[in-house]
Amino acid sequence: MKGILERALREINACSELSALENCRVKYLGKKGELTVFLRGMGNLSPEERPVIGRLVNEAKEEIETLLLCQKERVLKLERERSLKEEEIDITIPGKRFARGKRHPLTKTLDEIKSIFLGLGFTVVEGPEVELAYYNFTALNIPENHPARDVQDTFYITEDIVLRTLTSPDEPRVMEKTKPPIRVLIPGRVYRADDVDATHSPVFHQIEGLVVDEGITLGDLKGTFDLFVKKLYGEHMETKFRPSHFPFTEPSAEIDATCFVCEGKGCRVCKDTGWIELSGAGMSHPKVLERCGIDTTRYSGFAFGMGLDRLTMLKYGIDDMRLLFENDVRFLEQF
Amino acid sequence: MLVPVNWLKDYVDIDTDIDSLAEAMTMSGTMVELVLESGQVIKRVVVGRVKEIKPHPNADKLVLGMVDVGDRVVQLVTGAKNVKEGDFIPVALDGAVLPGGVEIKAGNIRGEDSEGMMCSALELALDLSNLPEWQKEGIYILEGEYEPGTDIREVLTLNEKVLDVDITTNRPDCLSMLGIAREVGAVQGVPYRMPDTRIKNEKGDIKDYLKGISIQEPDMCYRYLGRVIDNINIKPSPQWMQKRLIQAGMRPINNIVDITNYVMLELGQPMHAFDLEKVGGREIIVRRAGDGERIVTLDGKERVLDRNDLVIADANKPVGIAGVMGGEYSEVTSDTRTILLETAAFNGYDVRQTCKKLGLWSEASFRFVRGVYQDLARIASDRAAMLMEELGAGEIVGGVTDVYPNPPKPYYLEVSADRINKLLGIDLTAHRMKEMLERLEMKVAEDRGILRITVPTFRQDVQLDHDIAEEIARLYGYNNIPKTVMSGSWVLGTRSKKEKITDTVRDVLCGCGLYEISTYSFESPSVFDRINLPERDPLRKTVTIQNPLGEEYSIMRTTLLPAMLNVISLNYNRGNEEAGFYEIAPRFLPREIPLKELPDEKLTIVLGTYGDEDFYAVKGRVETLLGELGISSYEFIRAQNPSYHPGRTAQILLDGESLGIIGEVHPDVLENYGIGTRVYAGELDFNLLMEKADSNATYSPLPRFPSINRDIALIVDEDVPAGAIEGVIWKAGGDLVEKIRLFDVYTGAQIPEGKKSIAYSLTLRSRERTLTEQEAGEVMERILGELGRQIGAARR
Repeated sequence: MKGILERALREINACSELSALENCRVKYLGKKGELTVFLRGMGNLSPEERPVIGRLVNEAKEEIETLLLCQKERVLKLERERSLKEEEIDITIPGKRFARGKRHPLTKTLDEIKSIFLGLGFTVVEGPEVELAYYNFTALNIPENHPARDVQDTFYITEDIVLRTLTSPDEPRVMEKTKPPIRVLIPGRVYRADDVDATHSPVFHQIEGLVVDEGITLGDLKGTFDLFVKKLYGEHMETKFRPSHFPFTEPSAEIDATCFVCEGKGCRVCKDTGWIELSGAGMSHPKVLERCGIDTTRYSGFAFGMGLDRLTMLKYGIDDMRLLFENDVRFLEQF
Repeated sequence: MLVPVNWLKDYVDIDTDIDSLAEAMTMSGTMVELVLESGQVIKRVVVGRVKEIKPHPNADKLVLGMVDVGDRVVQLVTGAKNVKEGDFIPVALDGAVLPGGVEIKAGNIRGEDSEGMMCSALELALDLSNLPEWQKEGIYILEGEYEPGTDIREVLTLNEKVLDVDITTNRPDCLSMLGIAREVGAVQGVPYRMPDTRIKNEKGDIKDYLKGISIQEPDMCYRYLGRVIDNINIKPSPQWMQKRLIQAGMRPINNIVDITNYVMLELGQPMHAFDLEKVGGREIIVRRAGDGERIVTLDGKERVLDRNDLVIADANKPVGIAGVMGGEYSEVTSDTRTILLETAAFNGYDVRQTCKKLGLWSEASFRFVRGVYQDLARIASDRAAMLMEELGAGEIVGGVTDVYPNPPKPYYLEVSADRINKLLGIDLTAHRMKEMLERLEMKVAEDRGILRITVPTFRQDVQLDHDIAEEIARLYGYNNIPKTVMSGSWVLGTRSKKEKITDTVRDVLCGCGLYEISTYSFESPSVFDRINLPERDPLRKTVTIQNPLGEEYSIMRTTLLPAMLNVISLNYNRGNEEAGFYEIAPRFLPREIPLKELPDEKLTIVLGTYGDEDFYAVKGRVETLLGELGISSYEFIRAQNPSYHPGRTAQILLDGESLGIIGEVHPDVLENYGIGTRVYAGELDFNLLMEKADSNATYSPLPRFPSINRDIALIVDEDVPAGAIEGVIWKAGGDLVEKIRLFDVYTGAQIPEGKKSIAYSLTLRSRERTLTEQEAGEVMERILGELGRQIGAARR
């Protein structure tokens, strides 16, 4: 009996596959297995021997069953390991790509700007691109003989209808319809009779901001714009206001911001000044407000305008404006 | 405007360095674009005197020049023809550096040593526009005599600072040295000086020379002042004056012309000198031109005028176009003995109209258009006469003839200091404001916070409280105004439905692999032919630009397809294998032609793809978009469109309204765009999409009972559309059909001619109970029965 047990133990432990293990089970515990045969032969034994031997055989049977079970588990684990090893793949082969397009860089920049001004209480409004000369000029306090009205600058459809040269005509449009408090952001496409080159395009985009309320000051314009620039480009950004002139604002200002290429140290982009011209702005001209029926003894306002194309080019380091309108997919996929 | 700093210093003391001055000017509103210094980089370029010119022994086209450069005589080889013995010329010695960083080395040219180079005006980067023709080519010949070896920068004064100043349109009073000096004085808080205008001797009486001046159009000519100078002696103006004119960007001509230009640059008053003997009847009439009246201007060109043009005429004919240019006939020449000096004030609007019509602009018209203040005429006339006397250009005849019908009164306004503080967000006392305004030559009386201000006549831009606020702000310093947070009412920023939908459209289309593009809104009228539009198609009615940059940019687009095809053509022809694009932009549809009101700007989505694509890929994107916008009720119906493939085009209907068209672009159109691959495209109406979009998603419970799947394969006539089969299935299946999925369409072996096999997988489910096999079988029988009856479908 002891001999059988030792042999079984040795054989079971040598099994490395489930089939071999099953063979072992049949060999010892199967219908014709050694232990089964042994048990059948018990009838020949004396009544005194039977319980003793019977116990011994049953113990041996249990032991073999346990052994089989343990070895089965071991073999299963080995087999899993083997198959996992076989399934190893080359993880440096490129991944499966899912085609996804991108927003145009102009849209991406505009999205960022919109979200900042949304947080400041501004609502986005849009106006027509083919505009009445009245809104494009007269309502903005641009007199009849102003050079801005020249055919060299403005595309005319008829004497009274033009392609808007700036987004400002939407200021009077908004003010005619809405009573203060007004806080609007006006993005849009504008047109000037410029020939196409690396920095000019007859079609480009502006973003206009207008605030009209009681007690609005030039200091508020400074504070608001400074906040915007810091949110868009980072807290280290500074802004500088210089006096300037626009017919529809008074006082007027040009706003410079720290050059975000060199962070103010001076570089090619900022022509070594450390500053980049970002916006034309000012306090809304009382004639513009009054024309829209706004009481200037009670309300004041400020307005600012920025070139979206320029902001986008500066932000991404794009050196030729034509790329924005050419739409080569190798350009578009970079943003 | 160019402002030579040394000239500016005649009128105001400048204590700071030039860069600080430029910064202070910029920060107070006179933008200094650049501080120029012409000779900054020039090194080892000296005056040489040509001692001898001899032929080059080995080259016909070259000569050898023996040139005294002070410490020695050098041999220089040159190909220039204009150098003569005795000339003074600029010589770049060995190791010299020229503008642009060009380095000059001694060398050997065709066997002869050349110890440097004779320089042309161009090589020294002199402003060629100010040079006489003969100086522009060949070697630059210095005028006058100089010590050989002198640094060229001292001779040509290339190292003086010149400010390039940008004057805003509201400040015509700054278009002169004096105007700038006045600003610098106000900003720096120092006084400025007027130039000397005292004439020492006057002879005779103007009345004996000039019969009279009359202004027929006082609305076009506010003032006309004449002065006569006799015994004119025409010669070059002195070097110092010529140099200043050149530095300020004007070309010296002769003493009389130079003095009028000098005074214009100095004081801002344009002037003109007539040869008085050529002024018929010795009288001046300022009148409108007759229609078709002609005059040959100083530039030798004949100009045809009309009633809208103002002319300076003598008794018989025009002698000048008012404010624009004088006539050639009465031009001052070397024979001129007596001149009539005009200082006048013209209406800028009229001058501008005339300039625009004639395409003729001048330094004078530039200033009149911006605005020349009327009080300046007398001062300028005196100054010019004084200079003519001092420089020996002629004898001043006593008196002036000054026609000045309506001298403007000084402008007066009242502003409260509180109002200014409230506009700017600062807190200055009325007294402090008074002091600032007085620096700007305003007369100010202050009374309990109210400023009563008299504005000088040269500041016609100052009229309102806001104008005063700007003056205070710029003198106080924009940078000293504190940055504040808006204190007004609380305003909520909101996003419109349009914005939200635009955002969703972009998200979905980008998510479906399309890149957003941005294309011009105008294009050529020829695009309609290129996309096969018939002659009478309504899209050919366009908003047309009167003054386009060219025909290719002359109409506002009525369809976005051509721009899309351009972009695809560009990408395809640059070898980009595949790509897909979209744009959201308006189409401009005129309501009537000619335009009486603004056109309809119809926001449209255009899609376009090429490469590994087909019709269903584009259709799928549109379906995905509709799904994302919560639009479930739509229909694709077969459509015909001249730009698209006749068998592969669909119109999309939302509740019966047309959303737009998608399809494969017609091969003829692709050929017109040079595209050698199939293109799928479409245009959708954004507004309809926005109107039908439904963002109110509601929850419906997840199914509680299991579903049963059944596949069916049908044989139908080849032209039966899948949509028709699906329609029958939905209807016959009733509530129990949950989903229909097409999984195979097949024609060929085993399928009879003219038929096709089409296979669907159906999901059946009841909301109330577990469906039995028997119930499922009944539904399928019903469906198959209807399919057979309605469209002759047989089970395969």
